[in-house]
Amino acid sequence: MENPYIPYPVRIDDIEIATEDKSLKTFKFVFLNKGDEEKFSYQAGQFAELSIPGVGEIPIGIASSPVEKGFVKFTVFRTGVVTSYLHNMKVGDIMGIRGPLGNWYPWDKLENKNVVIIGGGFAFTTLRSSIVYMLDPSNRSKFKNIDVVYGARSPGMLLYREELFEWEKRSDINMHITVDGTDDPNWKYHKGFVPQIVEQNAPKADKDTYAIICGPPIMIKFTQPSLTQLGYKEHQIIMSLENRMKCGIGMCGRCNIGKELVCKDGPVFTLEQINQTPKEY
Amino acid sequence: MILSNKQKGYTMKFITIDKNNWTKGIDKSRETYQLFGPVKDENGCLIKKLDSDVQPDMGYYESVMSAKSVLFPQTEKILSASLDESLEDHHIMKRAENDYSPRAVLGIRPYDAKAIALVKLNFDTKEFQDPYWCDAYDVTVFVGLGITRPGPFDFSTSVGTGPFCEDDLDILLADLDDHYLAKILTPKGDAFAITCGFDTMADEKESQVLFDILRKEAEKNITSRVEINKLKDKTILDLHEADFWDDLAFSCINCGTCTYVCPTCWCFDIQDEARQKQAFRFRNWDTCMSPLFTRHATGHNPRGTKVQRVRQRFMHKLKYFLDKYDQGIMCVGCGRCVKSCPVNIDIREVCNMMNAYEKQN
Repeated sequence: MENPYIPYPVRIDDIEIATEDKSLKTFKFVFLNKGDEEKFSYQAGQFAELSIPGVGEIPIGIASSPVEKGFVKFTVFRTGVVTSYLHNMKVGDIMGIRGPLGNWYPWDKLENKNVVIIGGGFAFTTLRSSIVYMLDPSNRSKFKNIDVVYGARSPGMLLYREELFEWEKRSDINMHITVDGTDDPNWKYHKGFVPQIVEQNAPKADKDTYAIICGPPIMIKFTQPSLTQLGYKEHQIIMSLENRMKCGIGMCGRCNIGKELVCKDGPVFTLEQINQTPKEY
Repeated sequence: MILSNKQKGYTMKFITIDKNNWTKGIDKSRETYQLFGPVKDENGCLIKKLDSDVQPDMGYYESVMSAKSVLFPQTEKILSASLDESLEDHHIMKRAENDYSPRAVLGIRPYDAKAIALVKLNFDTKEFQDPYWCDAYDVTVFVGLGITRPGPFDFSTSVGTGPFCEDDLDILLADLDDHYLAKILTPKGDAFAITCGFDTMADEKESQVLFDILRKEAEKNITSRVEINKLKDKTILDLHEADFWDDLAFSCINCGTCTYVCPTCWCFDIQDEARQKQAFRFRNWDTCMSPLFTRHATGHNPRGTKVQRVRQRFMHKLKYFLDKYDQGIMCVGCGRCVKSCPVNIDIREVCNMMNAYEKQN
């Protein structure tokens, strides 16, 4: 019997400060045992438990992409006991990763479709994984138009800035980068909240267009009406939810929305599915 | 039947156990089995691991806590790691050592055995198996004790079990004053009886008649019941939005007693501890009555109010579980939560209210 509580041992290979306020850092991990990387084979949209012996575990979306080999990456906001401890760890330290956990964005269903990706703040990690996956030369032809609306409070709070600006220059992806506000006179992208930018820039819905949303509850709440206005139906709106989790394998009982467990049946649901459950997220 | 502990092809049989031989037989089994059973202390009767000089109190009336802790201890070490960086495997978590030699639970009530079968649906799934629970389950023999005097809170017969229900047991004992009549239901039960030296065969027909009489007598004394026939047809959202939750939750103090005494409540927390150069990961019983159970790191709490938590508990037991597994409700009618609740919240009333609820348009 596989023990689903035992994490794969990993070494911190690199730590990058991800935002100007230093509240987010991106950790790059390599597996101590070569075979574990194979076992950790994942899809964009899944998460894992970062596991620090003697401190605890945290469920975090996987920010690296299945097409990136040799490492896994997670971008972590410093907020509680485990994340604060992790932020003080150093390159070379040993810890654990348990996963991959949960379901993923429905890549089969999204083939030959237009995909609109909408993200806010630091909930852009699994979306980054998804974009890198879709833009990979072996995958790009599987998808039609790709639009990305991504917003943060200020330019310095945008995650993966270098990649964002590179994607901006490409012709096979339409980037709509926005910030709530900035006094930078050279800022050449959008200013305004995500729901408004979605309404102004996202493609109108048709039967071959799907939207993926990931962000803080308030952004999700106000983006839904924008999408509805653009004609998106409930089954065309795909969302990734977060809830407090411990086990990550559907057993400990806390992350449910109705009979669905966010950790195992989710975290990815369509709005149609979510509308059938109590909104306890 | 998926829930059954029985193995195909085994023919059950009856034996009698003279009470004068009981203790000797049980003591003999201690060489092979870790024994668990009812023990009275200042907190009432609990199902506990029996020290070598402690006999199970087989005359017990009811236990405050169920037998769930035999497979799912209140706190359990699951992983450990060394933090000593001079060691090669430092910070690498490994399964904690635990004793999985054979266990026997003596005197488990039939509804508590049924509860273990329900909890199994959570811990032993297609995708993941909880190795701690499953390993303990695999080595455990369930020696049931029929209930001849059901308590006033017992409503087990209306939720698919009962005072002499044999499902999920390996042996069912009937207490007949100077002896036990034992129905051996599985090879596991047989092996335990043989280890104890209990081998006085009883007449099958007569014994079955006796069991039937005892069962009917006991069932007749259960006057409390719940209606569950219409729960399946209601929608989750209709029940979730029903108008009675506020009134129902008003008196609740969120103490969580109902969840701890419940034989089917399985929710747990995982916590780490470090002592000098050793790290340990534990799992502990948790309760959906606690705000911390669902509070996000941001402070946002999807079940931040008392009424949301009370509703969660009843919806989980009486609706989500039913819809998810199609194996009935997640309640075996033991009545412990009714008896233990300090503010008299009664799952029987809640269940009937949910069952009768019609959405007002």
